[in-house]
Amino acid sequence: MSRFKHEFVEKNLGWLSILMILAVSIGGLVEITPLLFQKQTNEPIKGLQPYTALELEGRDIYIREGCNNCHSQMIRPFRAETERYGHYSLAGEHVWEFPHLWGSKRTGPDLARVGGRYSDEWHHVHLMNPRNVVPESNMPAFPWLAENKLTGEDTAKKMEVMRSLGVPYEDEDIAGAKEAVQGETEMDALIAYLQSLGTALQQADK
Amino acid sequence: MSSFWSAWIIVLTLATLVVLIWLLRWNMKNYTHIEEGQEMDHEFDGIVELNNPLPKWWTYLFWACFAWGFLYLALYPGLGNFNGLLDWKSSNQDVRSLEESRQAMEEAHEKGMIVEYDRSIRAAEEKYGPIFEAFAEQSVKELAKNEDALDVGQRLFLQNCAQCHGSNAMGGQGFPNLTDDDWLYGGEPSDIKTSLLEGRRGNMAPFGEQFSDKEINELANYVASLSGRDRDPDLVEAGKANFAVCSACHGQDGKGNQQLGAPNLTDNVWLYGGSINKIEETIRYGRSGVMPAWKNILGEDKIHVISAYVYSLSNDE
Repeated sequence: MSRFKHEFVEKNLGWLSILMILAVSIGGLVEITPLLFQKQTNEPIKGLQPYTALELEGRDIYIREGCNNCHSQMIRPFRAETERYGHYSLAGEHVWEFPHLWGSKRTGPDLARVGGRYSDEWHHVHLMNPRNVVPESNMPAFPWLAENKLTGEDTAKKMEVMRSLGVPYEDEDIAGAKEAVQGETEMDALIAYLQSLGTALQQADK
Repeated sequence: MSSFWSAWIIVLTLATLVVLIWLLRWNMKNYTHIEEGQEMDHEFDGIVELNNPLPKWWTYLFWACFAWGFLYLALYPGLGNFNGLLDWKSSNQDVRSLEESRQAMEEAHEKGMIVEYDRSIRAAEEKYGPIFEAFAEQSVKELAKNEDALDVGQRLFLQNCAQCHGSNAMGGQGFPNLTDDDWLYGGEPSDIKTSLLEGRRGNMAPFGEQFSDKEINELANYVASLSGRDRDPDLVEAGKANFAVCSACHGQDGKGNQQLGAPNLTDNVWLYGGSINKIEETIRYGRSGVMPAWKNILGEDKIHVISAYVYSLSNDE
């Protein structure tokens, strides 16, 4: 044992790299790899539906506008959070999210269960200028969403990519994708997406 | 978790700790054959390394971390399927519906497991449950005179309702004012409660295709005149002729219909704005207002208290 000197790894770049990679990957091997193979993280909750074509486009707008920089989609299992937002988030609600939009910062409220909480009209007014409904809000306005129209050019392709990742889209969903979103505004798409968030868990009970 | 992954976690975790202990012990021994404090024969640009031992405080800290680590792994769920001696977990994660979530809560309780989240919910129920129960036994009208209930109701209102109806409950364009005693769906306690529990959907059809711009302008003038506003009598008279279509929902006299949520047009309260322009817009494009259902989000007990708060806003003593 005493023959093994610091010098060996300090002066041998190949071994230094290998041992460093080994050392830093153990945490991931223990904490992440098993999760990839768990029922808990791979099986959807009851009644979970893949996003419709319009919702999927809305989700991309949500990402484009950086909504996830200020809004999380992850209700933690604390009473203080569930009182405000509803049941804590479950892994099974997010199995078809690529990438997930859990976020890590809440400048605005969590949106994991915002679906159905407000009317479409409210979302419209709020996105045009949040201060029209919430005077103390510091959220930016997104008025251009109401002007930009979706062409639906890439929607089918996006759904195919999602399907290749494991989202159970049917052929007819993809075939009708372009027609479903063409001519809708980005505002419509974003609101459709927001209204879908977190509703599966509520509906599964009925 | 399958036993393979459980073993994977246990072996990797414990092996890492063991290797680190070996590493620490190995580095505490002087295996260099050079006396402590003497030069190590390394020299870079005149800087020499001395054979100094690991700092004591650092070494003790390292041992303390091991002790903490093993204690933690013994008490809490860290090693695969081993639940820990405390039988503690933060929340029930492996559930697929609200029903399963409730079942998991019951099961964990029966087994005597400590689920931190459940514990906080139970504690809150013990503390606040009786308060809400006592409130639930009183009628909305009685509750509307109970200062404590109104305080609670206001808090709940500010948190859940103010986004649309405003923190002063006076609403905004498209969102009803709750303080003015003008009710789309009725202002009796039971009506308010139904609105909160089940939500409401108001729909006014668009008439832009049925009527010409001129006719819409005339109608708007007639509607404005119903609230006693001074409009051009010719336009009002012409608009009245077409009002029959509107009366299906708003009634012959324009006083509305709370069964349908059709607003009273005679009281000069305008949900979507009362200028001729806005009234024309409403006739041309129609309107749809949605009050979301809150039963699943807030539950009946809280809605009962909020109903009392809302009722109190327009029924002050």
